[in-house]
Amino acid sequence: MKKFVPLALVIASLGLLAGCPSKPPEQPPPPPAQTTDTNAVDNSNATTDETATQGPSGELLSKRIVYFDFDSADIRGDSQSVVAAHARYLAGAPTQKVRLEGHADERGSREYNIGLGERRAQAVRRALLLQGVAEVQLTTVSYGEERPAVAGSDEQAYAANRRVEIVYLK
Amino acid sequence: MSDRMKKYVISLFLAALGVAGPACAQLTLTITQGVTAPIPIAVVPFSRAVPADGGLNVAQVIERDLQGSGRFKLMDRNDMINKPTSAAEVDAASWKQMRNDYVVVGRLTAQPDGQVRIDAELVNVLNGQRIFGPSSTAQPANLRGAAHRISDALFEKITGVKGAFSTRIAYVSVDGKPPTQRYELYVADADGANRKKVMSSPLPIMSPSWSPDGEWLAYVSFERRVSTVFVQHLKSAKKIAVSARAGINGAPSYSPDGKKLALTLSGSNGNLDIYLLDLASQQLTRLTDDQAIDTEAVFAPDGSTIYFTSDRSGNPQVYRLTLGSTERPRRVTFQGAYNARPRISPDGKQLALLTQIEGSYRIAVQDLVSGGVTVLSKGRQEESPSFAPNGAMLIFAGRQGSQGVLQTVSIDGQIAARLDADAGEVREPVWGPFLP
Repeated sequence: MKKFVPLALVIASLGLLAGCPSKPPEQPPPPPAQTTDTNAVDNSNATTDETATQGPSGELLSKRIVYFDFDSADIRGDSQSVVAAHARYLAGAPTQKVRLEGHADERGSREYNIGLGERRAQAVRRALLLQGVAEVQLTTVSYGEERPAVAGSDEQAYAANRRVEIVYLK
Repeated sequence: MSDRMKKYVISLFLAALGVAGPACAQLTLTITQGVTAPIPIAVVPFSRAVPADGGLNVAQVIERDLQGSGRFKLMDRNDMINKPTSAAEVDAASWKQMRNDYVVVGRLTAQPDGQVRIDAELVNVLNGQRIFGPSSTAQPANLRGAAHRISDALFEKITGVKGAFSTRIAYVSVDGKPPTQRYELYVADADGANRKKVMSSPLPIMSPSWSPDGEWLAYVSFERRVSTVFVQHLKSAKKIAVSARAGINGAPSYSPDGKKLALTLSGSNGNLDIYLLDLASQQLTRLTDDQAIDTEAVFAPDGSTIYFTSDRSGNPQVYRLTLGSTERPRRVTFQGAYNARPRISPDGKQLALLTQIEGSYRIAVQDLVSGGVTVLSKGRQEESPSFAPNGAMLIFAGRQGSQGVLQTVSIDGQIAARLDADAGEVREPVWGPFLP
């Protein structure tokens, strides 16, 4: 049984009362410690994917995204020909590797969505294997809902984000 | 000008100050809902210790803590005629006339060792009695924390509930729009102030988890382009990759003794399961083995029960397993088609979770004894609940329009507040432990 308080309390924005401390609130980056990793605080070297390459061209082969329906890891009907085209190409180029990056739309819990993204990547992987691609040519990764292609909370954005991206590697 | 009108004007004035003020990019706390009968209390400006106190307005920190709890109504200091700094100076009758139930007064004194000591006193206005005098001492740089500890003591004395004002939160901040976003992991005081960057990356950061001693954060980072579980020591920034196995490394969660992490691995066949990692020996114990997505494992405070999300029944639901037992995991949630992301209260009796209800994703709490479920939030897209260490509040991720914000709600649903970042979005809050 919730009751609502007068609007006065609602407007009481407390952070504004504090003001900013005279000293900068953030500490300077600490000196590198004895650690198994460098760049403990910042990682600015991974913005571009140095491992990716342009890959083949062609009407279907230039399409690198496979789409899925809500809560499903079944490759959508309209994406099957894209998968088939890449399978044909890869089967004929046994040294060419691809990375299958699985994604989910933003609804629901994040780590579970990592699982959904992985399921989708695995579905594409299986389809490629069935169509003659070798295991060694395929790796999967899931980003869950963390790297949407399109911002937004409508059905269009959701549909655009439920996807697997086929990334050709050098 | 009526009392209510005065509050509007002051709030608007302060809002204007906030807009014009420096962008130190902190979180701003806004109460969105409080109890109907907040306790009226006056916190009188404390006497200063110049220059040792660095200009910190200790009474204001205490005021904000108490007001932010949603249970108190703070007297406007502009209405204070007298400004006593000790209980002996308090004329209870005049404070009673101003409609206060309690008065807090205090003094700061510089110590010979360079520290600053805060001495507060709580007076019951209704009977004029001094109730008690909490004190706290700290280095000038940590004076804010000492003020929060005074708030904790006052809060507990008046309400009977242990205060959590001197605790910290961790959260993820995201700047920019897809496909180019920047991710940062922060630690801040529980009121959102004093934030410190833990790490940043152009690739996603997820699932922060506090060690029980508050010294480490475990988290998932994609900085190597694949998911890796790291633990990072907050004071030294020492960072260790504790799981960089092939496939998915996710959802790390510390055991109550701090020695193990429950986590999610998929191996190269892509099937997510729960494992236990001994941090010292790196020994892995597998806890689930099935075709379903099993993830988001957390320990109950007893250290031997683990709750996790699994879609083995078709849709995500919360399950429980006992370490060392050969029994199959038992399903725990039965209401609704989607229940995920379990978190257990400090007393082990309540389960916070993400539930789908009427097409929206909301935060609910399930009583683990009776099974009763209470939905605590009202939005369309909420997630990531985390209990405060006093079990009285939850923090979670919500939306303000399309922006990610953090929200808090009391366990009975009566008090709600929002923490907005002035830049970017914030998500995945996790409430840290009581500090020694």
